[in-house]
Amino acid sequence: MRGASRAVEGVRAYGLIAGMWIRSTMAYRASFVLTVVGNLLLTGLDFVTILLMFSQVDALGGWTLPEVALLYGLSVTAFGIAQLAFGSVASLGGRVRDGSFDTLLVRPVPVLAQVAADRFALRRVGRGVQGVVVLGWALVAVEVDWSVGKVLLVPVTVVCGAVIFSALFVAGGAFQFLAQDAAEVQNAFTYGGTTLLQYPPSVFGRDLVRGVTFVLPLAFVNWVPAAHLLGRPYPLGLPEGAAFAGPLVALVCVLPAAAVWRLGLRSYRSTGS
Amino acid sequence: MEAFIELERVEKVFEVRRRTGFLRRERRQVRAVDALSFTVARGEMVGYIGPNGAGKSTTIKMLTGILTPSGGRLRVAGIDPSRERTRLAHRMGVVFGQRTTLWWDLPLIDSYKLMHRMYRIPDARYRENLDRLVEHLDLGELLDVPVRQLSLGQRMRGDIAAALLHDPEVLYLDEPTIGLDVVSKTRVRDFLRELNAERATTVLLTTHDLQDIEQLCSRVMVIDHGRLVYDGALAGLHEAGEGERTLVVDLERELPPIEAPAPARVVRVEGPRQWLAFPASEPAAGLVARIVAEYPLVDLSVREPDIEAVIAKMYADRTDRAVP
Repeated sequence: MRGASRAVEGVRAYGLIAGMWIRSTMAYRASFVLTVVGNLLLTGLDFVTILLMFSQVDALGGWTLPEVALLYGLSVTAFGIAQLAFGSVASLGGRVRDGSFDTLLVRPVPVLAQVAADRFALRRVGRGVQGVVVLGWALVAVEVDWSVGKVLLVPVTVVCGAVIFSALFVAGGAFQFLAQDAAEVQNAFTYGGTTLLQYPPSVFGRDLVRGVTFVLPLAFVNWVPAAHLLGRPYPLGLPEGAAFAGPLVALVCVLPAAAVWRLGLRSYRSTGS
Repeated sequence: MEAFIELERVEKVFEVRRRTGFLRRERRQVRAVDALSFTVARGEMVGYIGPNGAGKSTTIKMLTGILTPSGGRLRVAGIDPSRERTRLAHRMGVVFGQRTTLWWDLPLIDSYKLMHRMYRIPDARYRENLDRLVEHLDLGELLDVPVRQLSLGQRMRGDIAAALLHDPEVLYLDEPTIGLDVVSKTRVRDFLRELNAERATTVLLTTHDLQDIEQLCSRVMVIDHGRLVYDGALAGLHEAGEGERTLVVDLERELPPIEAPAPARVVRVEGPRQWLAFPASEPAAGLVARIVAEYPLVDLSVREPDIEAVIAKMYADRTDRAVP
């Protein structure tokens, strides 16, 4: 009960803070539009890289361009949402270092909501928008034997992917309670993770795929559900139902992330640094 | 009187790790706050002073729920701050002199609007409080200025207003006048005095500026090495610190140093003017009567001990005792 009311409080506070930042950005509409477009183009360069590769080859690890675009679209959209919602947690180390983290603890709302909504940057929608565009094209271009289950799988996968990446952002942020310069380590997992997922699992070594499936279950952001949509064999010979394991995997990510966050916060409050 | 803030043998122990070699680290425990006990009644205005590293900020952080005490019992308005941080947050205001609780890149008014919603302040009360604070702290022209463009004094006033929008019962001020010019200091002090008098807001302030204490606080607590070394009226601090007052005497002509009864003694002679030091705890009457009777007196004045000197002496004495 108490947890639920805290969650509601957190979402409310998040909305308030993010709303303030959005209003302040909207004061300069032209500048906002320009940065969104810039963000869209810049993050779109990743897809241009893939296009360039396909100008030389017909398939990448046995996957065609629309198939790789499907991977890209799922991964980038999910990551875009997570980065928009929780990307600011990455700057937690700086706040701890300069002492301004204390000011968050004297306010009557959950700290995570304050950290996540801090400097809420709507321009970051550029990445997600670009992901959605690529995803839309891929869904039209790939050859899929569509069924109700497969249609539903697409939005569920995007949401679960966003949750998995968000958990990663929060856990990475919590790690900065202990090591305040660890932002780069976090980037390796978040940005590194999304870049990795833009390519088919078949181009990577088996051990890496194992790690990305069982240790840090990023494979469920796109590899496994995309394989199901395309009627391809699952990486590592996972069972048939694995494509629909997204919600479960997301939950498995959120619980430890929440625990690590609480642990980090408790450690901060006992050491003051 | 109702105890609003209660500390009972509160402790805060930090573990400090120091690099002593490539991989070797030395662990040491630092007792930032050591068995600290005191109570503050509702509506009191208390000065909390001590040298750097004495434990002032650590105490404030425990009172506000930022830090969890290592031991002892701590209650503010009956609430355990570390356990019910957000519930207490609605009833307290905090101003950190060194850093702002405002949103740095946004206009001042945006921070206030956010506080309004975040603290769930009823609309009418928010407007009333904002108007009053804007008037008293002279913020009218600053509301649309981004916080980062405010001067230190302006920002401090902005921070104080932010801490009071939700009518807190207690206000913690950590170095509220640090770095302010004289005009800003006066304005902030006037405002705090009024706030305490009119709203009976309990105020606990830490400071390095003893004028803050002299002008605001009827009670002062001195902390050193995490322990309370003095708790009482400011006047009493002179005696506790074994301070001395000075009697300045103008005689008709240059004379050899006045033969005063011990422990009073002449500390300086300059032409016809002589300076005599005597314990702050003793009345000056006896000494004055004696001089009037035996010397050709023109004028005299009594100077109170310099409180900074008194406190410095207090710390020094303690350190002497601590290190045999």
